[in-house]
Amino acid sequence: MGATLKAVTTTEGTPPFSFSAEGLAECQRIIARYPEGRSKSALLPILHIAQAENDGWLSVNAMDAVAQVLGIQHIEVYEVASFYSMYNLHPVGKHLLEVCHTSPCMIRGSDDIVAYLEKKLNIHVGETTKDGMFTLKTVECLGSCGTAPMLQCGAKYHENLTPDKVDALIESLRNQPRNNYTDR
Amino acid sequence: MGRKLLLEHVNKPGIQGLEGYRANGGYRSVEKALKTMGPEAVLEEVKKSGLRGRGGAGFPTGLKWSFMAKPPGIPRYLVVNADESEPGTFKDRYLMERIPHMLVEGMITSSFALGANTSFIYIRGEYFYVSRILERAIEEARAAGWLGKNILGSGFDHDIHVHVGAGAYICGEETALLESLEGKRGNPRIKPPFPAVKGLYECPTVVNNVETIAAVVPIVNDGGEEYAKIGIGKSTGTKLISAGGNIKRPGVYEIELGVSCEEFLNSDEWCGGVEGRALKAVIPGGSSVPIIPAELYFKTAKFETRLMTYESLSDGGFATGTMLGSGGFYAYNDAQCIVRSTWNHSRFYRHESCGQCSPCREGTGWMEKILYRLEHGQGRTADIDLLWDIQRRIEGNTICPLGDAAAWPVASAIRHFRDEFEYHATHPTKVKDPKHFEKEPFRRVAKAVV
Repeated sequence: MGATLKAVTTTEGTPPFSFSAEGLAECQRIIARYPEGRSKSALLPILHIAQAENDGWLSVNAMDAVAQVLGIQHIEVYEVASFYSMYNLHPVGKHLLEVCHTSPCMIRGSDDIVAYLEKKLNIHVGETTKDGMFTLKTVECLGSCGTAPMLQCGAKYHENLTPDKVDALIESLRNQPRNNYTDR
Repeated sequence: MGRKLLLEHVNKPGIQGLEGYRANGGYRSVEKALKTMGPEAVLEEVKKSGLRGRGGAGFPTGLKWSFMAKPPGIPRYLVVNADESEPGTFKDRYLMERIPHMLVEGMITSSFALGANTSFIYIRGEYFYVSRILERAIEEARAAGWLGKNILGSGFDHDIHVHVGAGAYICGEETALLESLEGKRGNPRIKPPFPAVKGLYECPTVVNNVETIAAVVPIVNDGGEEYAKIGIGKSTGTKLISAGGNIKRPGVYEIELGVSCEEFLNSDEWCGGVEGRALKAVIPGGSSVPIIPAELYFKTAKFETRLMTYESLSDGGFATGTMLGSGGFYAYNDAQCIVRSTWNHSRFYRHESCGQCSPCREGTGWMEKILYRLEHGQGRTADIDLLWDIQRRIEGNTICPLGDAAAWPVASAIRHFRDEFEYHATHPTKVKDPKHFEKEPFRRVAKAVV
């Protein structure tokens, strides 16, 4: 069985964080979209960049760096990061598998896909495999009900899942770099 | 075959790009509006069309636009709601992915009518890859002069930005969306003031669904009267329906409002019939609208043919009707368990409640727990009345409609499928198997509802 996900609310034992040059340039491009004095609007998109540059999760250090870029209080970042489900406040495996389990997917067999993944990866939902390769989560409706059951990994939707398709996906992911939502 | 106004060219090669879109008549509405009509005339056409908000509420779009305050010297905004998160709904994703320029075109034309020089697309974070498609389309449009300063020499300036959310159903509620766009938690605002008076950055703002804004394109091209010829009564035009669940042909379909429910479900043009077994229930407009049993889906309580329109689907009120909502259609066959589905819905609303209002924050959690125990063979018959009592105290007692949306699925499930809830309380061993109705469907007795 794997390690359970738990929010990390301290900087202790977490690596320092600073944006890459490209990341910082992207932050500035995003800030420029909003009217003068309204740069806080860029908070959600910039948190996505920070998460992508911090191994798929938001440490306190990463959130503090975001506050610095936007010139806002740390708490303004924490309260937002903790509200939205796509921000991980805990370390995640290299590949975060998010299986939709809301009713339209449930009707089309998402429970079976979740059970299959749990057995295959030998973890429960909400856990990371011992080798740090996969984290399994269930999420609410991803707007892919016509192609259910499905899961999201980074920016990609994997749809009309069957056990065979899940097998193929897991094998192909093993050799891939981390997938982020922000991937182009 | 019904008329298609939004998806007519969806399968044309290159339609995703500007060139292919232009080749199929794209951006004509911008030319027409900016060169020959003027803002007031565009608003008039939208009013005449009878277009109603396609996000779920069905509020008349022209009327919403006419509420836009116009204080001098203060910017106005158009914000497109692409936070599509209502379970069962995936039509906007389809439209934005396949014909991104149609949304861009609709936004320019609509912004011209509203006097907005900046507009935003608020798209749910999970659709990150769709946001890239939209950004590309906006870049193309900007390079070709459809966006920027002095568009087509009209003196009208406009620019569009894509803003990506981060996973929160509540941000589909327009004031929560605006909070989120300002970089805050998605807590809905108390209304009034309405966004048309104080919206984004306290400026007058119109928030419209993706499909609503796309529909402005054919309305301006062909005229509001032409659009209003399609449909029945106050349900004019076409509607995108995203169909899923136990049907043979899931997908996104554009229907003329007024198609019969039976035809929509059984015709090979659309859903292609129920998959595998008999139809048990339907949710026609996203998980928030009441679930109705098969017999009430086909016929109203007055034994009239039920149609895919705002009015016909809600005929009979909540006692025997439902709503068109967002067009997030999903069907249940008789292998499905209504209690399990209702538990699933309540879990969804508990997860998505922003937590501001006690009835919703606490009530959704209580309902989820009670439904969990009923579904897992730990419930008792008194739980059914307890659930009824809780949902009744949520409805109408919250700042935003999420409370109602959480209450209605529970209320309608108990109203129409009470015997199935009772069965769960009295057959704990049977329901412990999660697929308890797979081998043998639950035999419900259709009854008149008071």
